[in-house]
Amino acid sequence: MLAGEQGEVVERLFRLLVRLGDIYGAEEMIPVGSVQVAGVSYKSIGDPGLEFLEDFAAKGAKVKTLTYLNPAGMDMENWKEVGFPEDFAKPQIRIMEAFRKMGIVVTATCTPYLAGNLPRYREHIAWSESSAVSFSNSVIGARTNREGGPSALAAAICGVTPNYGLHLDENRKPNIIVKVDKELEFSSDYGALGYHVGKQVKNKIPYFTGIPSSANTDQLKALGAAMAASGAVALYHAEGLTPEAQLMDVSGLETINVGKEEMATTYETLNTGSIPDIAILGCPHASLREIGSLAGKLEGLKLKRPIWICTSRVMKEAADRMGFITIIENAGGRVVADTCMVVSPIEEMGFNITGVNSGKAANYLPGFCQQQVVFHDVDELIRRLSA
Amino acid sequence: MKGRMINPGKVEAEAIVSSEPIGFYGGIDAKTGIVIEKGHQLEGQSVTGKILVFPQGKGSTVGSYVIYGLHMNGVGPAAIINKETETIVATGVILADIPCIDGIDIDQIKTGNKLKIDADEGLVEII
Repeated sequence: MLAGEQGEVVERLFRLLVRLGDIYGAEEMIPVGSVQVAGVSYKSIGDPGLEFLEDFAAKGAKVKTLTYLNPAGMDMENWKEVGFPEDFAKPQIRIMEAFRKMGIVVTATCTPYLAGNLPRYREHIAWSESSAVSFSNSVIGARTNREGGPSALAAAICGVTPNYGLHLDENRKPNIIVKVDKELEFSSDYGALGYHVGKQVKNKIPYFTGIPSSANTDQLKALGAAMAASGAVALYHAEGLTPEAQLMDVSGLETINVGKEEMATTYETLNTGSIPDIAILGCPHASLREIGSLAGKLEGLKLKRPIWICTSRVMKEAADRMGFITIIENAGGRVVADTCMVVSPIEEMGFNITGVNSGKAANYLPGFCQQQVVFHDVDELIRRLSA
Repeated sequence: MKGRMINPGKVEAEAIVSSEPIGFYGGIDAKTGIVIEKGHQLEGQSVTGKILVFPQGKGSTVGSYVIYGLHMNGVGPAAIINKETETIVATGVILADIPCIDGIDIDQIKTGNKLKIDADEGLVEII
């Protein structure tokens, strides 16, 4: 590929992978089974990113492996209805077109594993979005570093990634134990736990004990997302829950404890507002189970202020068939696909105080979207939206 | 001086030196090549056609796309020399195909010096 026999674009992107491999001490390239490319929202990449992607697409760049996208800056179908501004929509549509031309599946989600891009245990992949990286490494046991937009695109187009970091056994070992001594009930509890632990352990690999065996994939996704946002945790192990945990030797590791007090303080820290203008769920993108659960809570209600639940196009389609969307809309809510609050311009849409049940969203909304945050479980958020 | 090749190419041009890191996204206008970061020591100066010398990149990863945009708009630097090239700048110069060398003692280079660089060999010469 370096000799340029597959064209200029492939040659240049392969050179990028080789150089990144040099910087990080990789000895070889390994094939990747799946890719997720970040840097999709016009809000994040602006005109420089748009122009780059259109130029590469025009030069005939094509992906070699199953490749999905991170969320875009708006719902690609209902953007007008939801209220996304037109001067934002136009460049966003051009970005998606450039990706489509390259053969990328323009399913824009931070949960590709719920939308048809599911890697297997020990499979090498090159994913970008931090919560998706955490989920695939930790819950599935696939192997990925946290890729930037261009390096993920390069992996997709060359079909390989440099073999370093979390692709290697020796770098997947835990280096701190987190002992959880508090009942975890709601998804927001997992988000708060993740937020707190991420702050403490930064980029370490935590090994959790005390997470209930009833924890489901939605809750583990909330935990990992928050840790990746408040810290830089790309992999965690949870005793009895995640596939590599039982392979790990944790003797002699430093232990930190998380109990009632730490959890209460975290809820306090994350709450900077009290009555939300809007509540936005689905960070990371909601599963069908989460959309169904929200529909169950909203049935027959009329909210005074709106609630959105963000998800992938695939889940939205399934939710529609189940009648969940009608119920949510009748209560004054909305199911928004392809985007999320963190990468969409909500601050320009008249919202100042946002209610969330996600530790990740609570971490990013004050900075990225100038929002005050109300952080609670879904029932409490619904009560406050009706107040 | 000898450093490490980040992206190949040979070029002779005048140096513009910053002792501070440069964040390209929000730091340099991709349409004009002018440094726009408020309070930056190069604020208001153009990097176009010059060999841009700085310790390392900083800030948003979108900076890689700005480096590419500068080059495509014909207002990019002729080459980049760093003390240490991190991934944002490495990604940008490789995508844009701008010659780049790191591992250089940049304190020895002054703005206005005429430089000859052979990035393939990692060589920088003040002429």
